[in-house]
Amino acid sequence: MPAYTLKIRRYLPESGDAPHWQDFEVELDGHRSVLEGILKVKGEQDGSVGIRCSCRAAICGSCAVRINGKPMLACNTHLEHAAERSADDGAIVVEPMGNMPVIKDLIVDMDAVHWKKIERVTPWLLPEGDPPEREYVVPHENMVDITQSMACIQCGACVSDCLSMEVDPLFIGPAALAKAYRFVGDPRDGQHYERLKDLAEDPHGIYDCTHCFNCIDACPKGVAPMSQIMRLRRIAGSDHGIDDRNNGHRHVMAFVENIERNGLLHEADLLPDSYGGKFHPRAVPELVDSLPVVVRGLMRRKVTPRKALLHPHRKDYKGLRRLFEKVEGREERVELNLYISGHEDDPAEAEKEAQP
Amino acid sequence: MPSHDVLIIGAGLAGQRAALAAADAGATVAIMSKVHPVRSHSNAAAGGINAALNPEDTWESHAFDTVKGSDYLGDQDAIEIMCREAPEEILHLEHLGVTFHRDDTGHLGTRAFGGASAARTYYVADITGQALLHVLYEQLMKYHETVDRYEEWFTTSLLQDEDGNCNGAVARNIRDGRTEAFRAKAVIQASGGAGQAFKPTTNALICTGDGIAQAYRIGAPLMDMEMVQYHPTTLVENGFLITEGARGEGAQLFNKDGDRFMESYAPNKLELASRDVVSRAEQTEINEGRGYEDGGLALDITLVDRKRVLEALREIVNIGRDFAGVDITREPIHIRPGQHYIMGGIKTDVTGQTDIPGLYAAGECACVSVHGGNRLGANSLLDTLIFGRRAGEHAAGRALAMSMPDGDLDARLADENAWLESIMARDAQGGRRVSAIKDELGETMNRYCAVFRDADGLRQCHEVVRRLKEEGERAYVDDRGTVFNQDLLGAIELGYMLDCAEAMVVGAIERKESRGAQYRTDFPQRNDDEWLKHINVSRNGDDVPEVSYTPVTMTQWEPEERTY
Repeated sequence: MPAYTLKIRRYLPESGDAPHWQDFEVELDGHRSVLEGILKVKGEQDGSVGIRCSCRAAICGSCAVRINGKPMLACNTHLEHAAERSADDGAIVVEPMGNMPVIKDLIVDMDAVHWKKIERVTPWLLPEGDPPEREYVVPHENMVDITQSMACIQCGACVSDCLSMEVDPLFIGPAALAKAYRFVGDPRDGQHYERLKDLAEDPHGIYDCTHCFNCIDACPKGVAPMSQIMRLRRIAGSDHGIDDRNNGHRHVMAFVENIERNGLLHEADLLPDSYGGKFHPRAVPELVDSLPVVVRGLMRRKVTPRKALLHPHRKDYKGLRRLFEKVEGREERVELNLYISGHEDDPAEAEKEAQP
Repeated sequence: MPSHDVLIIGAGLAGQRAALAAADAGATVAIMSKVHPVRSHSNAAAGGINAALNPEDTWESHAFDTVKGSDYLGDQDAIEIMCREAPEEILHLEHLGVTFHRDDTGHLGTRAFGGASAARTYYVADITGQALLHVLYEQLMKYHETVDRYEEWFTTSLLQDEDGNCNGAVARNIRDGRTEAFRAKAVIQASGGAGQAFKPTTNALICTGDGIAQAYRIGAPLMDMEMVQYHPTTLVENGFLITEGARGEGAQLFNKDGDRFMESYAPNKLELASRDVVSRAEQTEINEGRGYEDGGLALDITLVDRKRVLEALREIVNIGRDFAGVDITREPIHIRPGQHYIMGGIKTDVTGQTDIPGLYAAGECACVSVHGGNRLGANSLLDTLIFGRRAGEHAAGRALAMSMPDGDLDARLADENAWLESIMARDAQGGRRVSAIKDELGETMNRYCAVFRDADGLRQCHEVVRRLKEEGERAYVDDRGTVFNQDLLGAIELGYMLDCAEAMVVGAIERKESRGAQYRTDFPQRNDDEWLKHINVSRNGDDVPEVSYTPVTMTQWEPEERTY
């Protein structure tokens, strides 16, 4: 049987020692999970190694840790795959999730971060009026749609890797906003506008996400939190016309128009466009404010005045036009949802989709 | 010292439902769990929840299916209550926000399930338990002013006054190691099953029979403990669950010769016969050499439309991929029967009251008994919710009619701390590791107390369990710390599992017939004359437990021959 080295980040708060790495050898088949490896260590070598775990089958959300630097569930990560991806001479590096304080070894304080943020989005249904005598009659598609958010197991992997949260710890974050979509997308909820208004106006709300895709990569259940955040934005801005004080919606619209006009993002125009154009009273202070950034960019040669002002237009502009026409020509907005569209990485399905 | 009208131990579906019901009834409530509530094992109930909600369906039909499924060991008064109240409970949950599947008209849609004469299983894809659990937790967050949550607190013992009333519990805060005595007018045990006494099992690592053993240790009798459900479709290698929903959607079972063998065991219901029937059929096929080399049989889900699988069985697509390396939409997956559920538990009446005043139980740790000898698929979620609610309501009623028990709990708290200290002080020279004893227990139970049983095997099994109980007293732990000392908790859990295992074996030895999940190769017939009764197992100091009987409550269904 193959042997694997588990390099575990230890932190024993009572010992007085600083966090440190400890290597453990385990013999197990390669298709066994990292969790099984850790449990073997706990059972046979050192019972003090701390990790939350319960179901072993990726449904309870207890055992999210960072393996070789990436957040994942220890229970559905195979030892052989983890060892292949090792950046540390074959050792499987296991450490606690990020963005949350560590309590002991691989156990983090989810109450202090994750659950506090969940509670921030008023995470219960707020129906209008008394319930009907029987069930609420709602479209099948809506229920399947929000099932993607309901599939969240609250493991915290997305929170661990959220870049926005690293910069702004107050950011409501991917898991809680995916939870918010579960209500905004639920036709039975009576407070869609209030919820969206709240999340759009909050400086740490839906417009605080920088689309880094980390949460989509991190999620073991295909919840795609960032996609849910983008949908919250579209519904807030386009459907409810919420013009937020963070200028988030106007920025989104300016971005799209900028690309439609130029074929390629013209960054020098983006900021003024977001505030209503170069000469708009709102834009002037913003432009003045951003001058130091511009100067720094110029000095470090990140941009040249020529490139910034004479924006090169994209050559195959027609192709881009067709894209815009296709997307905007649709009667209904198309939302991607795994439960509706099938498997994300199925080439056969993708091919079928591509056929007219 | 914290005190509450109603203290609930366990925060799965039964516990959370009880908490909400008790709070609605005006009681002050605490809910305590050794894990965060959404980690509870209710998550694993994938397929759905039964209710006769369609106008064409009737609760009587649901009740009869349940009675027949139980092999007539279920108490019919309790089954009637569960089935009559089911539709209203489903609607209540729907109103709270559960994202139940809809049909094309936007109304609640159903799927077929085993042992049922109508498609009456309501579901959320194949994450029904998870969806219910998370929606109830949404409500708990909403109820934060009336329900105190003690998350990651491990209950070590139930407390009793000198008159025998249960008046609280001692628990350890896992995060800092502090123990605390909780005073309560009523305590509801809702801490789940004991599947970890078996290896393999579909059950989560937390299912160690804590509440069953705690109640047993203060004198509550356990009932139907011999009835252990083996689920027909668990992965060959590791025992992970493939939901019955797969067969409900049309998947079929084949042996290695390609025969759809259920045709000869249950010609009418085929794969959707009761679980005990299908598991026995599978085990027979395997024992007679018609299984694959890996010891399994084939479950063919490719017969179900691919789009439907991706929409409604998405979770098992993941399980197949991650834990068996199989794309279930393209090839059959190998399965075998695996330990899944215990029908037995703490004996209760239909309001959740145990034989100990002030102590209630609901969910898998309880035995009302609605499942009797064999639980129907999608009846467990229903059981947790109906009897969780009833226990919560009744406990609140009791609490509101009495004053908070006084009496000094400090001495008990000191005893408990001394016990925990003594476990941590055990010497490595004197004993085995907890994990070694646990593995031996699991393998022994799975060998002798499984689908087919006989007197010799059960007697051997009992001997092993007795020995392991002694060894468990000396099992040592590495961790001497206070913060998240999971090692210490593991040693306590081992003791709980051993108590549960002994009760199961003693019950199985006692029942000299075959009924439901108990199949005795030495007594292959059902014997209604002698054994149409519940077996109760009660603690008897450190000796072998005592056995007594309770008659089965009959209302309208006389026992008949059971075929599917």
